[in-house]
Amino acid sequence: MASLIAILDLKGKPLIQRSYRDDVPSSYIERFLPIVLELEEDGAQVTPCFTREGVNYLHIRHSNLYLLALSKRNSNAAEIILFLHRLVSVLIEYFKELEEESIRDNFVIIYELLDEMMDFGYPQTTESKILQEYITQESYKLEVQVRPPIAVTNAVSWRSEGIRYRKNEVFLDVIESVNLLVNSTGNVVRSEILGAIKMKCYLSGMPELRLGLNDKVMFETTGRTARGKAIEMEDVKFHQCVRLSRFENDRTISFIPPDGEFELMSYRLSTPVKPLVWVEAAVEHHKGSRVEYMVKVKAQFKRRSTANNVEIYVPVPDDADTPKFRASTGAVQYAPDKSAFVWKIKQLGGGREFLMRAHFGLPSVRGEHDSMDKRAPITVKFEIPYFTVSGIQVRYLKIVEKSGYQALPWVRYITQNGDDYSLRTALEKGSAPIVPM
Amino acid sequence: MSGQGAQDAKFFQRGKIQEFRAELQAAETKDKKFTKRKTVLKKIVANITMGNDMSPLFNDVIQCLSIPSLEIKKMVYLFLVCYGRSKSDQIRLVMPSFLQDCEDRNPLIRALAIRTMSYIPAPIVVEELEDPLRHALKDRDPYVRKTAAICVAKLYNADPRKCERNGFVELLRDLLLDTNATVVANAVAALTEIGDRQDGVIFKLNLTVANKLLAALGESSEWGQIYILDSLLRYVPEKHEDAELMAERVIIQLQHANSAVVLTTIKVLLYLMNYMENRRLMDYICKKMGPPLVTLLSSGPEVQYVALRNILLIIQRRPQVLKNDVKVFFCKYNDPIYVKLAKLEIMYRLAREENAREVLAELQEYASEVDVDFVRKAVRSIGRLAIKVQPAADDCIKALLDLIETKVTYVVQEAVIVIKDVFRRYPGRYEGIIPTLCANLDALDEPESKAAMVWIVGQFADRIENADELMDDLTYTFLEEPTEVQFALLSAAVKTFIYKSQSETIKALVHKVLKWATEEVDNPDLRDRGFMYWRLLALSPAAASEIVLAEKPAITTDADRMDRGALDQLLLHTGTLGSIYHKNPETFIRGATGKALTDSPALNPLSRQVLVPVARTHLLPPTTIRVPGPVDPRVANPPSPVLPPRQNGASLPTAVAPSASQDSTAASPVTQDLLGGEEDGDGEGDTEDHEHEDLARAQAVAPASDPYAALDSAFGGHLAGEPRPQHNGDANDDLLF
Repeated sequence: MASLIAILDLKGKPLIQRSYRDDVPSSYIERFLPIVLELEEDGAQVTPCFTREGVNYLHIRHSNLYLLALSKRNSNAAEIILFLHRLVSVLIEYFKELEEESIRDNFVIIYELLDEMMDFGYPQTTESKILQEYITQESYKLEVQVRPPIAVTNAVSWRSEGIRYRKNEVFLDVIESVNLLVNSTGNVVRSEILGAIKMKCYLSGMPELRLGLNDKVMFETTGRTARGKAIEMEDVKFHQCVRLSRFENDRTISFIPPDGEFELMSYRLSTPVKPLVWVEAAVEHHKGSRVEYMVKVKAQFKRRSTANNVEIYVPVPDDADTPKFRASTGAVQYAPDKSAFVWKIKQLGGGREFLMRAHFGLPSVRGEHDSMDKRAPITVKFEIPYFTVSGIQVRYLKIVEKSGYQALPWVRYITQNGDDYSLRTALEKGSAPIVPM
Repeated sequence: MSGQGAQDAKFFQRGKIQEFRAELQAAETKDKKFTKRKTVLKKIVANITMGNDMSPLFNDVIQCLSIPSLEIKKMVYLFLVCYGRSKSDQIRLVMPSFLQDCEDRNPLIRALAIRTMSYIPAPIVVEELEDPLRHALKDRDPYVRKTAAICVAKLYNADPRKCERNGFVELLRDLLLDTNATVVANAVAALTEIGDRQDGVIFKLNLTVANKLLAALGESSEWGQIYILDSLLRYVPEKHEDAELMAERVIIQLQHANSAVVLTTIKVLLYLMNYMENRRLMDYICKKMGPPLVTLLSSGPEVQYVALRNILLIIQRRPQVLKNDVKVFFCKYNDPIYVKLAKLEIMYRLAREENAREVLAELQEYASEVDVDFVRKAVRSIGRLAIKVQPAADDCIKALLDLIETKVTYVVQEAVIVIKDVFRRYPGRYEGIIPTLCANLDALDEPESKAAMVWIVGQFADRIENADELMDDLTYTFLEEPTEVQFALLSAAVKTFIYKSQSETIKALVHKVLKWATEEVDNPDLRDRGFMYWRLLALSPAAASEIVLAEKPAITTDADRMDRGALDQLLLHTGTLGSIYHKNPETFIRGATGKALTDSPALNPLSRQVLVPVARTHLLPPTTIRVPGPVDPRVANPPSPVLPPRQNGASLPTAVAPSASQDSTAASPVTQDLLGGEEDGDGEGDTEDHEHEDLARAQAVAPASDPYAALDSAFGGHLAGEPRPQHNGDANDDLLF
């Protein structure tokens, strides 16, 4: 549990704070940043939690803010850090943006939220949809009273009763993010698929939903045979609305959904993935005065698919100058702030292959540090619609509500890069196996 | 509703008390919708936010309580939470309003009133809170009951004995059986809080209550699940089957999206496994724990960090978890540095012959990154890998030599440091690379690397042709060197002399160094060692040679595996700060109570054998506790909620405390009783090959009574059983108010 929660600006000044226990005086908030700076100065790492003179500091960063929790106990760090993240998302849902200005503009309601979301340091309700039902900015008189929504204490703590829609619809987005690491020999060292099923639910009443996937384990446990490919998910995480015991028993995904947008589930597969977008670069240093790059991109997926908004980041030395580019498709830009150049291709068809060349000048006098080449990997961003790399499919989404309405489910698939799609394939010319077309 | 922002930033202007007072009074007239007073109150709250003292406005602000506006009420209550305690006289004036709210028709108001009152620890408020709180605990609305449950914890915090006397602990205990899961969860949280106090009522669960809580688990909110799961560690299984059944019920929570729920579930599973016998089930649980742990690494960096620090403990205790997953711990280029360092440590732990090649290739990549700290650790890890995995040693050494080639000074220095240990691990295998090292002498400007190099020169002086010249160079700056290097130089000079006693250079040199060490240096240890060597050489060069060049014990990697008993204890804190710092809470938190596995017939023999008792703080005798306040003779004796301070065996009377028998062993010291019983524990969860090793280790360790010996400073330098100095002065504070 936390004794105190505070939001600080980057100078360490508290913008708003709420104390839940007397054991940590609020004066400790102002000690936070000096400790961080001191750690940095000593070359020590600033970890999300540290202890000083018996007080524990737990923090996360959100844009230009620190969210800080103080505790004098052996608190559940996972719980507190997650709570801070939830606080961020609740405040964003309330005020669209969370920044210094929006905090000052809404300080009264933030105090109310802090009072409701945590009691004596114990996280309580953090569902912003439910909070918005009884903590609002509309002024109200005590006669027309808001009451705590039943959902706050109900078993279904994420949905209120009495929701009505004229047209009942559900949108499902199956989004797969690919993380992979290719080493300099061109082999995939590590790859994973992080999948998420996001829903937008516009359904009346208290609907019961059942989602069917081509889940291999489900087919096995129920003894049914899969038509087509079945996939094996290594780990599945569910929104709290999903009945975990039913999933454990017969792999049925059944739930009463929250209203509006939410992430129903996420899953992970560590099956080896072929790099969907392959990139390699031959680098040629000319006696320390200039450097040349030849980059090749290849779309290694079926011809009927297309990767959109492909961005290839190729690292260059910090002090490179006078860039010159020539690309067989797309556009290239120098991004000195990222020490890289970016090759942007709006649409990359399956099976296609393109080349580009870049030329940079280098200062003739080089610092000592450059003697060791820091080898940032090539990174790639892309989106491939109507395609899942794992082959996951939504077989059905059954919607049952006692009023008996018909509702339409819409499903979309997309595969994109994860936060770490990197290739260590920028090599000195000679060692690079690039064959110009 | 969302998106519609207020624009109240304008209220952040420092205001004078007098002005606010005047404004409040002026606002009383023609304030139909209370907007004027609302504005003034906002200004006041804004000033509180800025840290300005608004307490002089106390009387003016509480006037606003009569206004029928929830928004205003909340602002006044916030004001009261801030200043109520310091105005213990004036707070009296607010009581009628509070009490009226406690009886409001709206559950939101009733809960708000008791919640706010319980945040104000003024005696009068605590006094007045009792009646409404008693009602609130039985309120028909679960929102009020869940709020009231937490209020009891606050009340207990303010005055434990009084809270017990008035029967609040029993009322709280009754809420464990409430029909509403949220209420149950908060009651559990409150009881846990009370049970964690050194002077608190003991909170234990029997099987019936534990099962009831498990039933509420599915209906609780995500946070409620954490409180309930956490409390399951207060249940001590008497039979293997009980532990196994419970684990089967809990394991589904691993699929929860909330990472704190997942980590707490893992904590419960790890705990229950200590009481299990069914090896197959334990293997299954270990298998099930892996994927969720890996998934945590897809969360934000802060959660990743918490997960990584815990994984580091888990894989030491249950090596089959994540055994084949070293790749998921490979660092991403953009990981924050604290995540990278934590991953590096795990990569090293998971490295074995089968994956050594991949791990080494990764480490080599890291060694060419930008962050100096990370690069150093990567280089050092290459050396540690060589020491740990013998078949990989050749490749590691080759990698280190390549790194030395780069001539980057901090890389070279780290390489030299680890190579020294590699030499000790594999005598006679890699000395051929010494010339390469010697070629980089000039790059060494840090004490540790310089000392390592000096050690190498001295140790292998017989194989280095120009060792005497090298030593001559190295000792040139003897008097300016840090102590660490001076020690190394002294020993190395003596070794070189013994190897090459005919060299004139070295004869002169050793004389010079001994003279410096004994005459010019201020450090008494160095001086003593100088004298020691001097006399040794003077009295018997033969003996000196035998002593100085004695065979060194081989280096192993055993020492960096944490002791089993200590691990068992630390894993009871999975997910908490202690598991991140790798310290037991009583070592970094004043007044914290430690945790230990509780003995029961189901506890597996090995765990029992290495059991580390809780470091008990020195408690005052029970009588002292009743000193403050009038002693009610009725409650001075059991059965009553007033319990003697936490002692083994004391327990809450009814449902919460099933059997006192099991408690008595809670703090039993490490015993050697079982040393004779060689029958190895099939109730043990480690892989087979670790089992015997563990048992052997345990037997070796147990009698030594210092299970933390291998834990470098993790326990703040205090032995587990020692009274810790911080408690000597103020045990009173913890026990009384």
